Amino acid sequence: MDLTFSEEQDELRKVVRSFLAKHSDEATVRRLAADPQGHDPVVWGRMAGELGLQGLAVPEEYGGSGFGYVDLGIVFEEAGRALLGGPYFATVALAAEALRRCADEQARHDFLPGVASGETVATLALTEDIGRWDEQGIGLTAAHDERGGWRLTGVKTYVPDGHLADLLLVAARTPSGISLLAVETTDAPGLARTPLPTLDQTRKQARIEFTDTPARLLGPEGTAWPALERTLATAAVLLSAEQVGGAAAALDAAVEYAKIREQYGRPIGSFQGIKHKCADMLMEIESARSAAYGGLWALDTGDRTEIAIAAALAQAYCSEAFTKVAADNIQVHGGIGFTWEHPAHLYFKRAKSSEALLGTPSYHRELLATRLGI
Amino acid sequence: MELDFGPDVRDFRDEVRDWLADHLVGEFAEHRGMGGPTDGAAWEVRLAWDRELSAGGWLGVGWPREYGGRGLGLLEEIVFEYEYARVNAPYRATVNALDLLGPMLLKMGSEAQKKRFLPPILGVEELWGQGFSEPGAGSDLASVRTRAERDDGGTSRSSGAESGGEWVVSGQKVWTSFGVHADWLYVLTRTDPRSVRHKGLSLLLVPTDQPGVEIRPIRNLAGQDEFAEVFLSDARTSADMVVGEVGQGWRTAMATLGIERGTTLLPQQLTFEREAEALIDLARERGALDDPMLRRRIVDAWISVRIMRTTNLRTIAELTAGRTPGAQATTAKLYASTRHQQLGQLATELAGPAGQIVGEDYALDRRQRSFLLSLAETIYGGSSEIQRNIIGEQVLGLPKEPRP
Repeated sequence: MDLTFSEEQDELRKVVRSFLAKHSDEATVRRLAADPQGHDPVVWGRMAGELGLQGLAVPEEYGGSGFGYVDLGIVFEEAGRALLGGPYFATVALAAEALRRCADEQARHDFLPGVASGETVATLALTEDIGRWDEQGIGLTAAHDERGGWRLTGVKTYVPDGHLADLLLVAARTPSGISLLAVETTDAPGLARTPLPTLDQTRKQARIEFTDTPARLLGPEGTAWPALERTLATAAVLLSAEQVGGAAAALDAAVEYAKIREQYGRPIGSFQGIKHKCADMLMEIESARSAAYGGLWALDTGDRTEIAIAAALAQAYCSEAFTKVAADNIQVHGGIGFTWEHPAHLYFKRAKSSEALLGTPSYHRELLATRLGI
Repeated sequence: MELDFGPDVRDFRDEVRDWLADHLVGEFAEHRGMGGPTDGAAWEVRLAWDRELSAGGWLGVGWPREYGGRGLGLLEEIVFEYEYARVNAPYRATVNALDLLGPMLLKMGSEAQKKRFLPPILGVEELWGQGFSEPGAGSDLASVRTRAERDDGGTSRSSGAESGGEWVVSGQKVWTSFGVHADWLYVLTRTDPRSVRHKGLSLLLVPTDQPGVEIRPIRNLAGQDEFAEVFLSDARTSADMVVGEVGQGWRTAMATLGIERGTTLLPQQLTFEREAEALIDLARERGALDDPMLRRRIVDAWISVRIMRTTNLRTIAELTAGRTPGAQATTAKLYASTRHQQLGQLATELAGPAGQIVGEDYALDRRQRSFLLSLAETIYGGSSEIQRNIIGEQVLGLPKEPRP
């Protein structure tokens, strides 16, 4: 039984935290938030080159470092703490995982090394206007063209970092079911990408229109849904770790402020009204941590059912915990917490956008209930 | 839940399993799952079960051999408690002495005290009650008023030594769990009459079989005579019955309270998991799973029990790895107690009108008892409000409330 972190894992956390303190400080977060692209290729390159973060959990045979999901979860937790902008989640939690799970060894060899080296920004294009994460939500179609290839026609939207991805992994409906197809965006014909202005400016989304766009089929046609389902479960767990990190940072801010802000002649943190709120915030965070870590441990050691259950649980719980803690942080700060200038709203908006990123907490509760046979 | 604690303790685990399979039979097996930290149900059977355990050498798995224990490590203790809970063996009647007084004596007691008191605890020959709370000292334990004075002209004067003489104790204690069964009490007293709050307190061991000690049961809201109030009127105990230093009773008392050793986590966890399973079965039986509002609450109940499990496993992993447990070890009680109450509320709701009917003499079924007793979980061992103060001040470092 190994439900605690090793010294190496503590060290990884330290290294990532200090890197992000420098390269994803508040000024950088705000600069990227204000920029429609929201991506800093220089920092992206250093994340890959100096720390190997994009390839951390990519198996060594595909150019990665072959670490486990618990290790990767540490990185996501720290990314959440630092409100890291840019396509890390899209590339690592969604696209790299979809490549690992798809039934196409050649595609792994072709694409994963680029992801691991930081050369390729990638994402998963799954959701459409209807805003669903299940099989039924996929309406975009792929059809055979006359030369034996595949062509995509339709719209994907709310695609994380879809505006800047070099590689799009597209879930599409084909004659015998759901298939996964790859589109390399450079000079791709019939591809129109529009960045969507987002409530949470630290996380960018795009709308992508495909018009007879040539695409490469990954794996046997019509069989991709189980791999996609597993990808979404992995991403749900990694997102949960990110949410825990964000919530922990929001609590840190609330506690620091409660120690120095004085009213009625004493620090507001000495009043039980504030102290008990902060205690409840920590309880939520530690509970969310258990939910997220339980998911990470399941990813490393669990079977398919355990992973599906742990992932749904993690998203159902961590989403709401982050939102509650981020809102309480604003409340502890009072008026100043309601300003644009104060970072409290950045965490709150990230919390709310994270709730919607892979499906709402209600959706994940229902997934959990179904998987438990309730 | 099937947990594997590794190859090193597999033989030990099998030994525990075999013993439990051989001995948890007959009347003991009929009382599986009975009792709890505040549940005195089936007391006599459970006491007999404790004696069975004692005869098998299963009390004090982690206590040193010289005092009758097995002298094993924390991991073995956890394995034992896990296997014990897995077969839902009755809750040990002597748990107060095993979990609180014993560890306190091991840590702070004199050699003579350890030799005198530890073996009879493991032999189930002497039962103990805690005398901490008072009518005027609940959450604010430091305001205890029970006084103890030295009487060096007392009956023990003949010894003549520094350790001669007696303590004479007067005051009132309350909420003493299973107090009516206690042969001895460990009592927090004020030995310096001019002292205030945490200073000037001493922890004394006081025998109950004397005229100066009167123990009256208090009926709890579940109708059980589980706890008691204790009236001390010139009660006497010999001078060497102070644990730790005179005047350092606060330190002695606190040294063992709030230290999470991880041994109680899994038994409680398995109880919660059984209740969550029963909740889902009940919901299915009553067709409640099709009601979206109830369905949501049922899923949330399951989620909270699963979160408690991971939280407990995190703490156990840290403890057995020799690490200091993280903040989750401090927040776990607040979480578990409030969520357990919600689970009980929901189960009672799902049981419908039939759940509102009790048996003869206010006899409660398992669900009713657990639901009602769960109300104590946010009060004993530091109320939720105190827990929030502890989390706020000791974990988050927020400033203390200024004293008027």
